[in-house]
Amino acid sequence: MTETTDDTAADALVIAGEEIGSRLIMGTGGAPSMQVLREALTASGTALTTVAMRRVDPSARGSVLDVLTGCGIRVLPNTAGCFTAGEAVLTAKMAREALGTNWVKLEVIADERTLLPDPIELVEAAEQLVDDGFVVLPYTNDDPVLAHRLEQLGCAAVMPLGSPIGSGLGIRNPHNIELIVERAGVPVILDAGLGTASDAALAMELGCDAVLLATAVTRAQSPARMAAAMRHAVEAGRLARLAGRIPKRRYAQASSPFEGLASS
Amino acid sequence: MRIIVNGEPRELPDGASVAQAVAAVTAAASGVAAALNDEVVRRSAWEATTLREADRLEVLTAVQGG
Repeated sequence: MTETTDDTAADALVIAGEEIGSRLIMGTGGAPSMQVLREALTASGTALTTVAMRRVDPSARGSVLDVLTGCGIRVLPNTAGCFTAGEAVLTAKMAREALGTNWVKLEVIADERTLLPDPIELVEAAEQLVDDGFVVLPYTNDDPVLAHRLEQLGCAAVMPLGSPIGSGLGIRNPHNIELIVERAGVPVILDAGLGTASDAALAMELGCDAVLLATAVTRAQSPARMAAAMRHAVEAGRLARLAGRIPKRRYAQASSPFEGLASS
Repeated sequence: MRIIVNGEPRELPDGASVAQAVAAVTAAASGVAAALNDEVVRRSAWEATTLREADRLEVLTAVQGG
């Protein structure tokens, strides 16, 4: 077998036995208009994109579902805004009914200031949803122990945060992300906190299987341009991970030979 | 009969169905789910499920998020 260079077709992301055509999973939150969202999603090359579930608004103009359908992108409902396992489970069930998918990005947050996951409620909700036949993708803290527990109880992936949602602070604890990756038997998706392309590349270099981001693109000055940057960053980071980086050294190692130098 | 739809009180004729209550807040033919007193009502059961005084109905759809 020859060594692949950029054969991404042979290196597909697989979640719950299903191939996802891109390692960049997008969110739709924060885009100033449906047109901007459509352009950004197209530029990102994403194949899976999150939506939130909210009360119907009779005055709403345009539907995010129409945008995703038009782009041929699979929809991943989330439980954003839920503070308890009960709220998250009901929201997931309503999403399954409304959208015809048993996949859910499970989000159970502790407070509005940090939007950090509430681990107790998260585990409770994950157990109930797994038992009910959902493919559960939990948004979790960057805690290797919690990530492992979520995998053990049947989650199809684990999605540790890099830093708080929408903060753009990047990956604050790369070591924990590496620990999660080392132990995981399901895909690890770096979710939340990414600010720019180098953050996404780092996530992939650390061994994550995919990244999920929204704000970094939708609130960038040029969302479509940032979406393209993220697409390239994810691909570059993945290739670098597969290529195997050189070890870090304390001192220089010459890349040109010392023999054969001209002497004066 | 007064029921609560998405947090707002709403007058509906006695014996009104979930389908009638949903139609009062959205014309969308798909992408919508309803929960009656915290239990999902499958779309196929909307017509046959009748409401009672003070029932709480939630009608959700997908919006930008995440």
